[in-house]
Amino acid sequence: MSETKEKPKQGRDATGDDRRLNMIEAINDALDVAMGRDDNVVVFGEDAGYFGGVFRCTAGLQEKYGKTRAFDTPISECGIIATAIGMGAYGLRPVPEIQFADYIYPGYDQIISEAARLRYRSAGEFSAPITIRSPFGGGIFGGQTHSQSPESLFTHASGIKTVIPATPYDAKGLLIAAIEDNDPVIFFEPKRIYNGPFDGFFDRPVKNWKSHPDSVVPEGHYAIPLGKARLVTEGEQLTVLTYGTMVHVAKAVMEEKGVEADILDLRTLVPLDIEAVEKSVKKTGKCLIIHEATRTSGFGAELSALVQERSFYHLEAPIERVTGFDTPYPHSLEWAYFPGPVRIGAALDKLLSE
Amino acid sequence: MADRPERTDNKPQLSLHIPEPNYRPGADEVDFSAIEIPEAGAQPRPDEACDPTETHGLCTDLIRVLGEDNRAHGPWDPKLDPDTLREMLHHFSLVRAFDERMFRGQRQGKTSFYMKCTGEEATSISTSMALQQDDMVFPSYRQQGVLIARGYPLLEMINQIYSNSGDKLKGRQLPIMYSSREHSFFSISGNLATQVPQAVGWAMASAIKHDTRIAASWVGEGSTAEGDFHAACTFASVYNAPVILNVINNQWAISSFSGFAGSERATFASRAIGYGLAGLRVDGNDPLACYAAERWAANRARTNSGPTLIEFFTYRAEGHSTSDDPSGYRSAQERDAWPLGDPVVRLKNHLIELGEWDEDRQAEMDLKAAEKVKADTKEAEKNGILGHGMHQPFHTMFEDVFEEEPWHLKEQNAQSQAERDKKYPDGVPH
Ligand SMILES: Cc1ncc(C[n+]2csc(CCOP(=O)(O)OP(=O)(O)O)c2C)c(N)n1
Repeated sequence: MSETKEKPKQGRDATGDDRRLNMIEAINDALDVAMGRDDNVVVFGEDAGYFGGVFRCTAGLQEKYGKTRAFDTPISECGIIATAIGMGAYGLRPVPEIQFADYIYPGYDQIISEAARLRYRSAGEFSAPITIRSPFGGGIFGGQTHSQSPESLFTHASGIKTVIPATPYDAKGLLIAAIEDNDPVIFFEPKRIYNGPFDGFFDRPVKNWKSHPDSVVPEGHYAIPLGKARLVTEGEQLTVLTYGTMVHVAKAVMEEKGVEADILDLRTLVPLDIEAVEKSVKKTGKCLIIHEATRTSGFGAELSALVQERSFYHLEAPIERVTGFDTPYPHSLEWAYFPGPVRIGAALDKLLSE
Repeated sequence: MADRPERTDNKPQLSLHIPEPNYRPGADEVDFSAIEIPEAGAQPRPDEACDPTETHGLCTDLIRVLGEDNRAHGPWDPKLDPDTLREMLHHFSLVRAFDERMFRGQRQGKTSFYMKCTGEEATSISTSMALQQDDMVFPSYRQQGVLIARGYPLLEMINQIYSNSGDKLKGRQLPIMYSSREHSFFSISGNLATQVPQAVGWAMASAIKHDTRIAASWVGEGSTAEGDFHAACTFASVYNAPVILNVINNQWAISSFSGFAGSERATFASRAIGYGLAGLRVDGNDPLACYAAERWAANRARTNSGPTLIEFFTYRAEGHSTSDDPSGYRSAQERDAWPLGDPVVRLKNHLIELGEWDEDRQAEMDLKAAEKVKADTKEAEKNGILGHGMHQPFHTMFEDVFEEEPWHLKEQNAQSQAERDKKYPDGVPH
């Protein structure tokens, strides 16, 4: 496997134990480290300055680094992204926050026509080294306008990287890597797992990160290279390709059903760790793709095509896709929409019966 | 509301207003007398550090310096020395010659597309002469004058227009969408108005870093209807960004007259008022007024006194681009009837009036400009013209998408090489 997990020196908390953080704290820590190392890093967004963001990811940064490095913006996603591009062209490393991924569309043109193509159209004269952070995904009763997963709208555009962490450890390492990357990066934060890993069983007690091994977040600087997947569990029965919240749901369902699977947390969709995907599918011969985004033209379609193109003769069963439905996220029927244990279970039964 | 009962009252019926320009091709007699043209020199010049409210009057007025007598008048007279005026005139002459030749080049099939700026030269040349060379500019597509005023080689411009082997943008951009980091000239986008808030961001960064450079952007009046423009005004105002937002009101956006961007109810300069920006409305065919207004705004930005929105009131004398036939939508007389004249002629006459120029020297300058453009065109043609051969190596197509080529682009790169080998088994022609 080409997954990487270099463990830097562990931090200790006041009691001498490993320092454990939830995802919000890990993201905050990443921003703190990045801003501390490079004074060209600036963070801004709606409510991101004084208050520290509605999810508190930027809390304390303005106090520490001053108002010109962490500040509030007008409610204008177009303006937020466009000014970030201008700052990037100047030589800063802006980390704009879009409050919810559902609101990224007013800035969409600036992202895909401008940030993503600036290096290409200027033949390398200008670039937009910006990292756009945004919470995405459902499962928090956010209704249609606080739950969408628009990642495939970005993976379809050339020139932008798409990164999605699934653990606090990864969130910090990937975010630092994204900020240090010279290309524009969309950094989608699965907000359902900001506070704890969600297992998909919404009627069971909510978990928090404190007992999860990947909530041990070392202090200081470390970066997880973009384009490398993480092998979450190893198994011979099938390969699960997934990312974000669904990594934890997949893991819980496999455990519940006693299925031994290679669960690959893709971590970055573009560039994709195709080696890890191919290697695992060739080993297991079966492939289950899980994401929360709507089905048609979702990133699962791309994954499915890639697996088919590269590993067809190794496949022992048709590739299965478990996704959200092709409807907006319905507020009161959220759990019927969510690709949870039942939908995953049915796909597993199909795959394993082949 | 189909299920509502039929109307029984006598309330007035609503009607939709669809703007219509005053003159269409054919019988319409062009009469621009309704345009209010104040006397040159009559407009007050507030202090550069003034409160934006002090510029409100100037948002509906028209700042003019050059009078009918070809002399400079009033407080906006930038008092430029004759050498600077001649330099400006020289840039004018060069841009005219360049536009003429490139337009012809397109007609001769040497490139796919060209856009002239005839009649609008002052809005880019005079304004950029009022900026520092290292101030960052975020142009739209009709600001070839900025590059020329900054001394960018014509040869490089032509290479770009021809998408040939000398094109340092590797044949990727539509002709005229130049970029030159060295000349602090931002890469031009085909998506209208996107550069305006980017300019604000650049200016904000400069302020964050306590730099001394400012930013300026140019946008057409038609494009001010894009949301990006309004985002730019908001951000410029909120952060007091050291930026100048130039709006070139040349009356037409392809075939749509300025009414479709809202000019029937308010001037473009007056957009500044609601955002708390300083606003100036300027005779865009008056080179001295263009220079003076841009210099005023630059000084204002440079001293942290705030951003400025400037409307340059001008006229697009030629078609929108080589793909456009203006006789299909506007009266052919408009160009000649335009009451603010031609910026090149006005500057020339001013210099003559000052005793610093004459028609012979002008003719000689124009001839030299034409020869210079011709020579550079010949030189550029050695690097190829569009459609004649593959000017860029195939693999360059995959460069610069990302800083480093990821696996999927490497694979596609290899595929394109294989396609080439199949198509040209004996090697690529020429
Ligand atoms: C976002 C976007 N919409 C539409 C177009 C097509 N288009 C190109 S130029 C143009 C007219 C622009 O007019 P204006 O802003 O007044 O500038 P001018 O050409 O008059 O200088 C249009 C609609 C485009 N390039 N980008």
